[in-house]
Amino acid sequence: MPVGRLGSLLHVRPGLALFLLLLPPALWFGTIYLGSLLTLVLQSFYSIDDYTGAIVREPTLATLRTLVSQPAHLDIVLRTLAMALVVTVASVLVAFPLAYYMARYARGRVRTLLYVAVIAPMWTSYLVKVYAWRLILAKEGILSWFVARLGLTGGLEALLATPVVGGPSLASSYLGMALVFLYMWLPFVILPIEASLQRVPRGLLEASGDLGATPVQTFCHVVVPLAVPGIAAGSVFAFSLTLGDYVIPQVVGAPGYFIGMMVYEQQGTAGNLPLAAAFSIVPMLLVGIYLMLAKRVGAFDAL
Amino acid sequence: MPSDTAPDRAPWALKVAAAAVLAFLHLPVLVIFLYAFTTDDRVYSFPLPGLTLHWFGVAATRSDMWAALRLSLAVATVSTLAATLLGTLLALGMARARFAGRDALTVLFTLPIALPGIITGMALLATISLTGIERGFVTIALGHATFCIVIVYNNVVGRLRRIPRSWTEASLDLGASHWQTFRHVLAPHLASAWLAGGMLAFALSFDEIIVTLFTAGREPTLPIWFFNELFRPRNRPVTNVVAVMVVVVTLIPVVLAAWLTRGDEDQGAR
Repeated sequence: MPVGRLGSLLHVRPGLALFLLLLPPALWFGTIYLGSLLTLVLQSFYSIDDYTGAIVREPTLATLRTLVSQPAHLDIVLRTLAMALVVTVASVLVAFPLAYYMARYARGRVRTLLYVAVIAPMWTSYLVKVYAWRLILAKEGILSWFVARLGLTGGLEALLATPVVGGPSLASSYLGMALVFLYMWLPFVILPIEASLQRVPRGLLEASGDLGATPVQTFCHVVVPLAVPGIAAGSVFAFSLTLGDYVIPQVVGAPGYFIGMMVYEQQGTAGNLPLAAAFSIVPMLLVGIYLMLAKRVGAFDAL
Repeated sequence: MPSDTAPDRAPWALKVAAAAVLAFLHLPVLVIFLYAFTTDDRVYSFPLPGLTLHWFGVAATRSDMWAALRLSLAVATVSTLAATLLGTLLALGMARARFAGRDALTVLFTLPIALPGIITGMALLATISLTGIERGFVTIALGHATFCIVIVYNNVVGRLRRIPRSWTEASLDLGASHWQTFRHVLAPHLASAWLAGGMLAFALSFDEIIVTLFTAGREPTLPIWFFNELFRPRNRPVTNVVAVMVVVVTLIPVVLAAWLTRGDEDQGAR
């Protein structure tokens, strides 16, 4: 029986068994994923013929160079980076109170419930959530109604009149867009922060208190520093997901372009695949840099 | 912070902040349910002018919506099956093995969900364009299976770590083959992990749009259909109704998966 013989061979050589187990997934990944990533990098070294619009398959740095040399392209890169950084900082600030409450004060059933409450929105359809925000932020939508009820319409109008962040309505302003990004990635930020806060030994907090620190001092000098790995891990998600998104800026947002929209438009209607590839290298590099920084503060131990 | 010590009371400011964050996480989804019943078909006005079930009937007659739904279900089924097979092989290989490059391999397999989806999508498109493959069902499913593998892997590897090594060793020592050991010792314990991983993978595939917009051909999946509807204000009431349907269809497998893996969380699988 050939199968039986294979079996006894595997018994003698566990390394072979391991090889056979890992071969199909490794092959799949190697060809489909890594192969595609390489093709992507390769495409970014191609260029497009200005007259015929055909892809010229000769290696050149010209396409990549336009990312820095063309002010319009550089603007897109910087705008996306700025949005990603703002969203990252904001999501950590908003995530922290809930994460802290869950880790320090919630027990038993409440704890489980809170977990479910954080994870459920994560698994609610992405597009539906984006759509919900369009309904909420619309000029005649819920948020405006609510603001009017509170008698704060003047405040909202003043906010929307602010240059850069404002716009004709929340649904078409950077402010609204940042709010939607913040909402979308919040669970991804809460969970790692909660996990790292949970590992803070209670003894340390008691020691800090016994040695005369006020609760605020303990929080600033003991709790927050120990939560840094979790904060870094969570912020990776907010940063990376904002950089690559192209649906949210299209559905909710100001007229300015973002990297994702540029990639989508260049590969589609514009038919400039090399430029689309060059633009998608940018988030890859930025996320790479961010991951290295995050690793330094221990983000990977917190996951 | 271990749970054995008596909890002290949370400051009220923290309670309020935590509650506000929770409300922020959940109210937007409720809005969708509300708007599915509105009589208003032009603007997003609030409060709703009236309530109706009319749009559910209108949505049901849209044949393009049904075609998109069928494609999404087919893609999710095929890519879940492929991901379950590949993810399980990967988990069996990685669970106990120690070899050079093991950590690098783990990082590699998480890349499709760690890197922004647009990179995966654009990378697949670059290959599709270079090889001249036609975009459609196959290219969508290939992409989905690639990022679903890691979901199945996480579930299966978490379970494998909880199965004592002595069980498989005993089975092999008593003369069972590798296949028999897998079939009679491991598989029964993996069943619910497969089901949970499979359902999460299904939900992920069913809802995916960022990668899919790059790999799909002319026929839209349900999320792409929905995305296109967003730019057609006249169909807004139907969009609202389909949104509710999508939320329900994705949440059912996720809730089941959570229920199936109740005991796994405290093992530090995260």
